[in-house]
Parts: sequence; C-alpha cells; structure tokens
Amino acid sequence: MADVNIKINGKDYTVPAGSTILTAARMAGIEIPTLCYLKEINEIGACRICVVEVKGARSLVAACVFPVNEGMEIFTNTPKVIESRKTTLKLILSNHKRECLSCVRSGNCELQKLCHDYGIENEYAFAGVKSAYAIDNSAAHMYRDNEKCILCRRCVAACEKNQGCGVIGANDRGFDTHIACAFEKPLADVACISCGQCITVCPTGALSERDDTQKVFDALNDPAKHVIVQTAPAVRVGLGEEFGYEMGTVVTGKLVAALKALGFDGVFDTNFSADLTIMEEATEFLGRYTKKENLPLITSCSPGWIKYCETYYPEFIPNLSSCKSPQGMFGSVAKTYYAEKMGIDPKDIYVVSVMPCTAKKFEAERREHTAVEGLADIDAVLTVRELARMIKKAGILFRELPDAQYDAPFGLGSGAGTIFGATGGVMEAALRTAYEVLTKEELTALDFHDVRGVAGIKEATYTIAGNEIRVAVVSGTANAGKLLEMIKSGEKTYDFIEIMACPGGCVNGGGQPIQPASVHNFRDIRAERAAGLYADDKALPVRKSHENPDVKAIYDEFFGEPNSHKAHEILHTSYVARKKY
Amino acid sequence: MVRAQVLICGGTGCTSSGSVKLIPEFEAQIAKNGLEDEIKIVKTGCFGLCELGPVVIVYPDGTFYSRVEESDVKEIVEEHLLKGRIVERLAYTDVAADAVVKGNVSLSDTRFYSKQKRVALRNCGVIDPENIEEYIAMDGYAALGKALTEMTPEEVIKTVMDSGLRGRGGGGFPTGLKWSFTAKNQADQKYVVCNADEGDPGAFMDRSVLEGDPHCLVEAMTICGYATGATEGYVYVRAEYPIAVARLQKAIDDARAYGLLGKNIFDSGFDFDLFIRLGAGAFVCGEETALMTSIEGNRGEPRPRPPYPAVKGLFGKPTTENNVETFANIPQIILKGAEFFNSMGTEKSKGTKVFALGGKINNTGLVEIPMGTTLREVIEDIGGGIPNGKKFKAAQTGGPSGGCLPASLLDIQIDYDNLVAQGAMMGSGGLIVMDEDTCMVDIAKFFLDFTVDESCGKCTPCRIGTKRLYEILEKITSGNGTLADLDEMESLCYYIKENSLCGLGQTAPNPVLSTYKQFKDEYIAHVVDKKCPAGVCKSLLSIVIEADKCKGCTLCSRVCPVGAISGTVKNPHVIDQSKCIKCGACIEKCKFGAISKK
Amino acid sequence: MKSLAELAAIREKMQGKVVLREGSGDIRVVVGMATCGIAAGARPVLSTFVEEINNRDLAGKVTVSQTGCIGICQFEPVVEIYEADKEKVTYVKMTPDKAKEVIEKHLIGGKVIDEYTVSNI
Repeated sequence: MADVNIKINGKDYTVPAGSTILTAARMAGIEIPTLCYLKEINEIGACRICVVEVKGARSLVAACVFPVNEGMEIFTNTPKVIESRKTTLKLILSNHKRECLSCVRSGNCELQKLCHDYGIENEYAFAGVKSAYAIDNSAAHMYRDNEKCILCRRCVAACEKNQGCGVIGANDRGFDTHIACAFEKPLADVACISCGQCITVCPTGALSERDDTQKVFDALNDPAKHVIVQTAPAVRVGLGEEFGYEMGTVVTGKLVAALKALGFDGVFDTNFSADLTIMEEATEFLGRYTKKENLPLITSCSPGWIKYCETYYPEFIPNLSSCKSPQGMFGSVAKTYYAEKMGIDPKDIYVVSVMPCTAKKFEAERREHTAVEGLADIDAVLTVRELARMIKKAGILFRELPDAQYDAPFGLGSGAGTIFGATGGVMEAALRTAYEVLTKEELTALDFHDVRGVAGIKEATYTIAGNEIRVAVVSGTANAGKLLEMIKSGEKTYDFIEIMACPGGCVNGGGQPIQPASVHNFRDIRAERAAGLYADDKALPVRKSHENPDVKAIYDEFFGEPNSHKAHEILHTSYVARKKY
Repeated sequence: MVRAQVLICGGTGCTSSGSVKLIPEFEAQIAKNGLEDEIKIVKTGCFGLCELGPVVIVYPDGTFYSRVEESDVKEIVEEHLLKGRIVERLAYTDVAADAVVKGNVSLSDTRFYSKQKRVALRNCGVIDPENIEEYIAMDGYAALGKALTEMTPEEVIKTVMDSGLRGRGGGGFPTGLKWSFTAKNQADQKYVVCNADEGDPGAFMDRSVLEGDPHCLVEAMTICGYATGATEGYVYVRAEYPIAVARLQKAIDDARAYGLLGKNIFDSGFDFDLFIRLGAGAFVCGEETALMTSIEGNRGEPRPRPPYPAVKGLFGKPTTENNVETFANIPQIILKGAEFFNSMGTEKSKGTKVFALGGKINNTGLVEIPMGTTLREVIEDIGGGIPNGKKFKAAQTGGPSGGCLPASLLDIQIDYDNLVAQGAMMGSGGLIVMDEDTCMVDIAKFFLDFTVDESCGKCTPCRIGTKRLYEILEKITSGNGTLADLDEMESLCYYIKENSLCGLGQTAPNPVLSTYKQFKDEYIAHVVDKKCPAGVCKSLLSIVIEADKCKGCTLCSRVCPVGAISGTVKNPHVIDQSKCIKCGACIEKCKFGAISKK
Repeated sequence: MKSLAELAAIREKMQGKVVLREGSGDIRVVVGMATCGIAAGARPVLSTFVEEINNRDLAGKVTVSQTGCIGICQFEPVVEIYEADKEKVTYVKMTPDKAKEVIEKHLIGGKVIDEYTVSNI
C-alpha cells in the first residue's frame, strides 16, 4: 500500500496508508494508551482512553481504530486529550472495586498503570452508585469478579474470535452492562473449554485463575505427604517474565531451584512424560495408519482442545488419541511406577503440576481413568502465575538462584519434549520418532520447518518409508473448528493432526504470565516464547523422545513396550460427549 | 356507484382509542340504510390529530369527525351520509378565520391543517394502505417507473442532491451526497437499509408513514437501490409497531406480486428485493451502525466510524441508510423534480418536516410543515396554543439528543441550522411544549434518565459518564447541589460530547447543556436558594397551610396518606414537614385555597 | 410490472375511486338530501350525477357531494353548482334526465341552463 504523509504533534511522518493513528504514532515513537484495543480481534473503540485530537474533526477520535489519511494532523498530548483521558480513568475508577493493594493483578494492571502514569489525583471523584456483582467461582479453572471489570471486552473477543466458543458476552445495557454467560448462567454450566485465554487478555483483576497456591502450601507443610512437582515444557520459557526476564528467556535451572527451595520432595520434568506421550501416540498412530482406522488421529495433549472437541465436535471423539496428556501420564506413573520404585504408598504421594494452562486444572479433576483406583492422578495444578506468586511469597530471590537439575527418575527430557510447548511441537516430536520407527534409519535433519511458526493452520505432507503422511497443525480452537468443518465437508483429508487450544500453543497458554495489550499489539508473544523453546531443543543432547534414557528405563522396567496392556491401563483414557447448552 | 367514502383512521393512535370497532358499525348502519353501493369504507393510516381520535373523515366534502364513538355511527350514517347534514356536535370546528367554508367544515380548512404542507405524509389518511392499487392511483410507483425507464442512476442521485433533501432522522446529512458515496464504491453486493427504529420519546412520524403509506417506502428504497447499485434492502422496524409491520409486509408482498419488487422491474434489468427485520426496541439501534450490527444478528451496539456504512456497512458491504421520513420524500422528488422540493423551505433546509407535537399544547399529533415555519406558528396556530391559559416556557426538539428553545426564540424559523445554533436539534422531529409549570432542571433530568437507561454500555463516557451526570442532577434537584457541582456538570457534559463513541453519547448531554444555557437562573435557584421556581422538585418545596385561610374543616388531615397534618376542628391545621411526602393530595382537597406549595 | 403502460392502466382504473379524496375539484355539485329532498326524488338525482360524472371521466374536475335542507323545500330536488370565481347556480325540481342535461350543457359545455334555475321559477 502507498504511504501517506501526516503530522503528529507538529512533526512530519510518512506512514503506510491504512495505518491507524495508534500504529502510526507507535512508528513515530509515541505510545498512545489503550485499554480495549487488541490487534485484530477487538478493534471496537469502546474505552476511549486512546482519544487524540485530529485537526478538523468534530470531536476527539479513537486512535486505535481511526485510519490516517494524507495530510492528517494529529495531536496526542494536548491538555484537552490529557484531561479527557483522566476523566475516562476517573469514571472507570468510580465504578471499580478498589482493592488495588492486594489485588492479584496489582503491579501488572493496565488500569492501575494508566492511573499512575496520568497522576489521577482524586480517585474518588464521581462518587456515585457502584455496580454490585457476586464473584463467579463456579468453574474449575477461574474466577470472574465483575466489580473489577472495565468492560473492554477483550475477553469476549478472545473467547469468540480466537477460541470459537463465545460463551461470554455483554448482558444488560448502559450502566448495568456486564460480562456474563447467556441467561446469567455460571461459567461451569456453559460450553467453556477452560482455556483461560480470557484471563491472559484481561487488563485488570476481573478475571483470574483459580488460586490453588494455598492448597499447595498446605501440602508442602504436611509432613505425611510426599509432595512432588512436574513442570510443563512451556513453563521454562514463561516464568522468567514474572521476574523481569526478557520474553523468550528459558529459565529451567532457576525454575527447578525455586521449586526445590519451596520444599518439594521431587522436582520432575513434564518433558519426560511428553516423551512418553510420543512413544504411546506415535505407536497408536502407526497402528491406526496401518489399519486405516479412525484417521485422522488427533492429538490429546491440550485439555482445552479436548473439552472443545467433546463439546462442539463430539463426532470427532473416535479420532482423538486415547493417550492421556503429558500431565496425566506423569501423574499416572508417579502414583504407580514411582510409588513402587520409591516404596511409598500412592495415597501419600501428592502430585503438583506447574502448567502454562488453566484447562489443566479442569483436566486434573477428570476421573475417567485414573491410574490408581480412587486416587486422582494429579492433586493440584498451578499456573505459571501462581507459581511465581508462591516464589515471591516464600521470599525466594529467583534471579539470584543457582541453576539446579531435575530429579530422577523423571528428570530427563528430550528436545522433542521441550517443543511440545509450541504449536507444531508435538507433531514434530512425533515425526522424529515415527521416522526412525518406520525407516529404521537415523534421522539427521531434525527440524520440521513446515509445522513450525505461529500460523493458525499449517499443513504438510511427508513421505516416510514410502508412506505418505498428511498432517495438519492447528492452534486456537476457532481454527480447530474451521479445520474440522473442512474435514467434514470432504474438502481436506489428513492422517494426523495436532491441535492446541491456545493460539500459538502452550507458550501462549491461559496460565502464562500476563502481558499488557501494549505488548500483545506490537510484539508476537507466541513467536518470541516459541523461539526460546526451539533454541532449548537445539541445545539439548537428546532430541528424540525414544532416545530419552528415562523413557527407555520405564519401558524396560515397567511397561514393556508402548501400547502394551499395562501402558493402556495406566497411560490411556477415554472421553465424553458434552452438551453445549 | 360510489359517491362518498368514509375514511376511518387505522393508525396506532386511533386504533387504541377504538377506531377498529367503528368499521363493523359503519358497515351495519350503511347496510341498514341501503347505501352499500354508494358509500365505501376505507381504513387508512394516521391523519395526524391523534389527540382527537378516533378520527373519521367523510369525502368528498372532507368533513372531519373527531372522537367518534360506536354509538355515534348511526347518527353520522343517517344524517350525513343519507341526508347530507353534518353532525355538528362531532365535527372538528377549529376553523381558521380566513378559511373559505364551502358550506361544510372541511379538513383542509382547519387551523391544524391549513398551515401544513404534506409531502411525506401526503397519502397518510388518504388511501387504504393495504391496497396497492390505491397507492398506484395516487401516482404511486410512477417515480420508480420514471427512474428505471427514463433516468440513469447518476441522474437519480443528482435529482436527490439538487432537491436539497437532508436526512430526517437526526443530523441532517444531505441525502443525495450519502447516496453518491455508496454509488461510487464498487462491491459484489450493496444494501439499502431503512431505519424505522423510531425511538425518540413521543415521535411517531415513521410509524405513521409505515402504517399509512407503506408502499411509498417500498418505492423509495427501490429507487435508492437503483441509484446506488444495491439489490437488497432491509427495513429495521421496532417490534412494538405491529400494525406498521403487518402493513409493510403486505405492501412488500403485494409489490412482489405486481412485479414492483423482484427481478427485472419495469423490464429495466434491475432487480431489487426488500426484507423486514424486527428490532427489540433498544434506542441505540436507531444509530446507524448499531442498527446494522443488530440486523446482522448481534447485540445492537454502534461500531466506530470510519469505516462509514457507504464503504463497509451491513454485512461489511457498502450500504445506504436513511430513515422512513427521508425515504418518504423521494418518490415526490423524482416524480415532480428537484425544484418541487427545493422551492419549499429555507436556504439550507429544503422541503418539509414532520413534527410530533406533544406536551402542554392543545392539538397534539403529527404535523408536516415547510422548513422555515416559525416555532410560534407551530405552537399557536397549528398547535392551538397552551391549555388552561398557561404561559409558554420552552419547546424541546430533537428528543433526548436535542435541546430547549425558550420563549425568546418563539420566532425562530425552524430548520436544521437554526436549531443547532441554539443548542437544540431537529432530531427525528419530536416537539414537546412546556408551560410555566415545568422545571427545566427536572426536564434535563428526565431526558438524561432516558439516555442513561438506553445507553448500550459499550463506551465509557456514555456508560458511566451519563450515569454520573444524572447523579449530579439528582443531587441538584434534591437540594444538595453546590455551585461546584454545576461546574462539574458542565465539564462532564463537554467530556461526554467529545469522547463518546456514537452520536447518541455525543448528544446525550444536550438537554442539560441547552437548559443550562437558556435557564441558568433555574439551576442557580436550585443550588443557591434551594428552591425549585416551577414548584416541581419535591425535595425543594414544602407544602404549607395558610392559617388565616384555613377553616379547620379537617379534610386535608383526612386525605393525607402519611398523617402529616394535624389540627382540631374549626382551627387552623399545620403540616409536619418532616413527615410530609409532598404528594399534594391536601392541596387538591382543600376547598378554601389555604394550602399551597412554597 | 413490465411497463409504464401497465402502471398507467391500474392508475386509470383506480383513479375514480380515490379522486373523491383529493378534496375540491374545480366544480362542486351539491345535492340537497334532506328529508324533503329525498321525498321529492333527490336520491336518483344524486346517483345520476355520481354515475355520469364517473362515466365521463369528470371525477377529477367535479366533486359531487350532498347537503342538508337548503330551505326551499317546495322546489326540491335542489342541486347547487359551485365554480371558482363564478356565481353559484341553483337548479330546482331536478330529475335524473335534467341532471344528465346539466352535466352535458353546464358542466361540460359551460352554459347554464337557465330554465331549470331557481330564478326562473
């Protein structure tokens, strides 16, 4: 597109035609504040915090959605603009539950930051009626406190546009407008997939994960319990952000050290069980592929995706891999193999997961096929944010920690396990193993570039030992819906599909550290965090799941071989069709 | 052979006052007198004088009967239809002094009608809206025929542009210009949308057109489709207008049956079809982008502009949206030419405008006047003045987005720009007259209450700002306001105007700003003297008994619902102000005028 | 609808039915229809006017209406013709045949038939 010449605050700039004032100003090094705007999914001009003056315009205009045109003169910081933004903030505050000192988002709240930046001198201005809502804590994974909601609708957009669920929306109107499910149903009773994407885009403390930190502290303080913890692949690349590291920094060593400092009796790597998943799933795939049965096989690692499939596309349940997710497999072997090996009664083993995910909290409460009758595979799930909170509460100086190593016997993970955290990673890991199983040759070019990257839907066809394998990789359940529709209509045919509920995969999971809209809108969180994982993979000595010594050991000592009867008993599960309404 | 016709108003106003029952009664009485072949009964749309409904007009003489009851029908048939004698007691007699009365009381001679000029409403109350052939007989669809067979789309747009027609729904954007924007955008699909989501309190001109002349809308939208290159149209009507919806649907069905909608209309190769979408009555859905969002099946909320509807409108396609009254002018403009229209009105406001007269005025109802008519003519001549000899205080135009015109502006010529210059606006044409008993702060609060209620809740300034503004007004009317509150009120008004997402928010403070500008002293009286000069704001007045006038009859103490009045027989009574809820029941009851509000 | 002619045909057909409501034609024919008039035979006179005027396509020009007693009962049926800028003409003792003649000569031809007027009685 051609360029246009504009003036911002009296200076000349040339910017691409079609830019909004917001992006044009950003190019000019000026950050205009936003609250409701989220690039591509929530361009609604509702909060009015981004207003600027445009010469000749009748009123102030919303920079986030207003396109520039030739000769436009923009003023981003006039007294009128500043006063307007302050009034907007004061009005929002006048109907906001101000428990900012202890709010879960204190210090990482976009509203708080703006009030600070703009020096709101009287936050009790416009005193008047305040909205009163009960907190919705019905769901297994999150809370909604509408008294902190500023009605930016970013959650609504994420739910509908990225996730294809649309279970929340604006109810009532005017001052009574609030975000809720249809008919004011509790979140637990609607077709929510627990992905938590709404939380990661919420600018305030209105949406937050269910806090299980106290539960974990209690377990740690219980001398009768043997408390072990696993950390998902994408945790190592997310956690650092909570402690001031640049996005994409892998902090595995400090993560392990912090967990040990917290007092866990064993600190293990979910990468191990990711490798285990590959062993089971690649075998399952080759079996189905040979028999041409229930193809395409669709991955089952992402509990948000599983719930989406069960709810919106139950007809694809037979296509789902019967493998438990890596989290589930870890819990299962912890309470069987590990308990046996360590000589501990599984009842006394308390398994904690640190996940980049809120749906894992829901998954942990599923009871379809637990490894030990009557015992949960997983006892508590912490998101990355909750773990950070625990580390801070415990006074652990994260940045000063010396790197530590995971414990045996689940301390080793391959690079294939690491990349589970990025969209395409499971597929790539599976291909690395499937290649060697099928060809009986060593794979030397380990990087499958076609399945990498942040695109919502990726496809590739690989010919391995004369077998043509058509694969697709999808992230974001809205994209999953699109792909499944294409499969249903016969437009597309695949053998193997990886689906992750969150856009970009677990690196952008609903349990990851929250980045403000200013980051969402101008950087690619998915790509930056994924780059960290791919670098980690590259640097690891073992990069194929089947070469993981811990994995080999567990088959030798316990399961025999992948998809064995015992493996099926312990590592596999089943699914249930759910109603949308 | 039919020699006379009885037109019975079937508009919503008259329907609710009982016009439906008149039809079978007329049929029965006419049959009884053997006049079936001579007299035809026609159910029409609204005549405009709703206050006087049910309304019946007898043609050819044009006798206007008002408040006709079922029991009156026999007399009208026997006296008027059979013997030619007008039933004087039912005839509307507000005849202008200079009217030439041709031996009859004729409709067009009444003061209510004589200053009106009916363009948009020309067929309302004249034809049977459910009969397409009656519409055709009144030159209906001739404009469409002319446009499709003799004019290019560019010529149609030029004619509309030259006519000077401006949008009748609110801001007054030039209609021809709007059409030309859509016309020049290329797209595989374009739309015409009619905004029939009439939401201003008291305004019902759109409903009248839909009920009284639905084909006019069908014809106009088809012309618009031809001019702009659209092949589909949507009419967004409030579901609260069941009669309008039914008649419009019949009109669409009939137009399709006559080949006036559908494929290859007038063999011109032009296709157009029309669909109705029902709105649930949210005021914000009158805002054009919210309306389109609603048609698309989403929560009716405005979206940012640009992109403008002419570029990205309904379903993301170029769309022309006009309201009903705007469209209602189109066939006449096309048929009679731009000059017919632009010869009426003022320099920048051409043609006529329909107003819904309401409030403290004798003749309430719909009036269509040439632009430039003075407010005084509307109120004193057409409206018949203020009832009960009260003084005129202000006229509110433009509904919740508009403002108030005080007595000093009675001679203002009504047009878009004059109204805006005075802080009011044309809006959709509500015109509410207020007399001396009206408190202007209370009026501002009333309109703001409406906006607060109807705000969609999308943008912060409107969602929270109007609520806080309302709370300030509440504080003022309850006697707790300060001068600082007035300053905060004013600056909040300007903030909301500048910062709101859509036109509704941007105009929401107008009733406050305009009353504050025109009646500042009343605001000051509320906050400084703690008095409501008009005696409306309850918290600011007390009801007192004048001891020297009180005869001690005890009536007042007996009627008081809260037992605030005490006293013994034949001795002056007193009101305990701490108990009094200021309901005023005692004032009404007192036979000696001893009790009053102070 | 394929042509303007089709539209015009419907308009023609319907015009007579709505033209009554367009208000005043140039000429107004008022028939006295009080009890005295009806007794003297005003109804067929009125019908004749209505029918003939329609048959001759004069509906746009001539309005036929009725009125009550004009006050000269002995001369009923009475018909008054009002025309802009002209003196009112009052015909008395009318019959359907006379009515046709009035239409032919007066309304179309523009000539008052003096012998039927009240002044000639």
